[in-house]
Amino acid sequence: MLKSPASNPTAGVHSADTQAKIEASEKTFSLNAKDKYYAWLFLGPSLLILGVFIFYPMFRTLYLSLFLTNTVGKPTVFVGLQNYVNLLTSADYLNSLLVTMVYVLGVTAATIVLGLLLANLASKQLAGIGIFRTLFSATMGVSVSVAAIFWLFIFNPSTGFLALMSTWLHLPVIPWLTNSTWAMIAVIITTVWMNLGFTFLILFGAIQSVPRTLYEAASIEGASSRFQFFHITIPSISPTLFFVSIVTLIEGFKSFGLIDLMTKGGPTNATNMLVYRIYKDAFYSGNFSQASAESLILTVIIALFTLLQFKVLEKRVNY
Amino acid sequence: MSITLNDVRKDYDSQTAVLKNVSAKIETGEFFVIVGPSGCGKSTLLRMIAGLTPITAGEIKIDDTVVNDLPPKARKLTMVFQNYALFPFLSVWDNVAFGLKARKLATDDINARVKEALKMVNLTKLAKRKPRELSGGQRQRVALARAVASDAKICLMDEPLSNLDAQLRIKMRQEIYALQRKLGLTLIYVTHDQVEAMTMADHIMVLNDRHVQQIGTPSDIYQNPRNAFVAKFFGTPQINILPAKRSEENSHIVNVSSDLQIVLDEEAPSANLQIGIRPDDMQVKRADGVESNAVVKNTEFLGDETIVYATLNSGSDIHVVLPGKADFRSYEPIRVTANANLMFFDPDGKRIDLSKEAYVHA
Repeated sequence: MLKSPASNPTAGVHSADTQAKIEASEKTFSLNAKDKYYAWLFLGPSLLILGVFIFYPMFRTLYLSLFLTNTVGKPTVFVGLQNYVNLLTSADYLNSLLVTMVYVLGVTAATIVLGLLLANLASKQLAGIGIFRTLFSATMGVSVSVAAIFWLFIFNPSTGFLALMSTWLHLPVIPWLTNSTWAMIAVIITTVWMNLGFTFLILFGAIQSVPRTLYEAASIEGASSRFQFFHITIPSISPTLFFVSIVTLIEGFKSFGLIDLMTKGGPTNATNMLVYRIYKDAFYSGNFSQASAESLILTVIIALFTLLQFKVLEKRVNY
Repeated sequence: MSITLNDVRKDYDSQTAVLKNVSAKIETGEFFVIVGPSGCGKSTLLRMIAGLTPITAGEIKIDDTVVNDLPPKARKLTMVFQNYALFPFLSVWDNVAFGLKARKLATDDINARVKEALKMVNLTKLAKRKPRELSGGQRQRVALARAVASDAKICLMDEPLSNLDAQLRIKMRQEIYALQRKLGLTLIYVTHDQVEAMTMADHIMVLNDRHVQQIGTPSDIYQNPRNAFVAKFFGTPQINILPAKRSEENSHIVNVSSDLQIVLDEEAPSANLQIGIRPDDMQVKRADGVESNAVVKNTEFLGDETIVYATLNSGSDIHVVLPGKADFRSYEPIRVTANANLMFFDPDGKRIDLSKEAYVHA
């Protein structure tokens, strides 16, 4: 009991000491040995997996893109940026870039417009709307290969549904997969169909979360449903809309399975998109160094869009 | 513009008659308050007048036009929502201008009206802000400005003050009242707060249990409640409602157990009654020398008055408001009396009007 007043000053000194420590750690954030041990222990597994499957292939790709390689992918001669120069001056590669752009923009625009349309439709309070909500999002459960085969049947020039319809209506049969323009359109249609489930679901969720009273207030003030759609729904879901656009865009750049199953890049390179081209250059032609350079260009393109997404989403969250 | 409700009824698929037999006449320029406890259908009624919820049967008229099947925008009214329904992505100015733009008014006209409306609610300086940068009271005022700018002569308000704190509520109450008077709006105002109803209304509609309980002026509703529910809903603290029986020996005498004896100048209308006495119409005396009829539970001192909570010997809880400070200890035996403004209800709570005076025999 008598000691307690005497121990007070020490307590004071001690707490001042602790205070100093806290201040120091706030400034430099240094970890002691034990903390470091735990940090690495927790980071270890994910670092290992990322290292083996992401970082190593990435640096290996960068490395290979600066060399010429033999047919099994071993680097032989260092050529610096020659692979990139070759690519960016090759009409063939620039064509691939162009068709990829056409494809990606077409897919994104159509997916967003259709997704928005369906989501808006499904948000209406109508009888049996639940069935349509399920149907609209159903393509989420369909794999690329199934979708490709399904649409190949529809596009088949002699027995396909579209060909039969055209014949029945006495219209010329569209050469879906054998004409350059139509092949691109066919691939876009198939991709949009595949994307629609996910896009619909996300946009539907966003529309559902717009407070009902906003629409009620607007309808009392005399706004038509068209006006409400463009002046309430669109601005309210604009962050989601932007997110879905970027995701669709990036997925578009990465499109491979569909191309492989439906057109194999043809006819005459009309659908020879970037990823499919990388695959062919590497594993058909054995030109690993060029394929590596193409991969890096693709990475940069996608990284730019991702960056754009981050920047805009940071700023444009409008409320 | 006046509004007439004629035997309006609402059924939902899952629930029949959430509202029935609702009839009322709301005059031009009137401040009409619909009040009732949660879930009594008051918001539903307002939404039916607005046209946001269809009515099942009956008739709603604006002036002489039946509007049952008219969409909200054709009814030429405005509505202020509980959560204000402001567009979060638009500035204050654009929020107020929204409806005017939707109706494709001329830009000059829109600008003039928005400017005027913002001035009227003192928001001119905040015109460029987004709703999230405003306080609750300011958001409320944006919603009011929107109603003002629309120039409609009927305004509906659905619990507009319930998201504000007590101080601000009193302030906004006065602002809304002043605005209504200034613009000559026919205002229908929904609230669950009896104080808001009493302070602002020209006429009050009390809704409960799917029915209109009473329509009347605030003083009428307070002094002449048509049933026990209305009597209990208005007035703080609540009115005391005590069960009573007609004396078997003398039909002019009504007893609240053996605690209070009420003498009537006429025969008691039924054998079983309920007596309503406002807390400030009762008196309390220390039971010194007189027989006690109640025991004090506790007292609450509020500065200008004291509320005494007590239990009658028969077991009924009562409360009495006494002016100034009153010193009673808990468990102190007291004598409670009353001598004015007694109300009589039948066992179902329906008001019984007596033609002559009644007084408590102390």
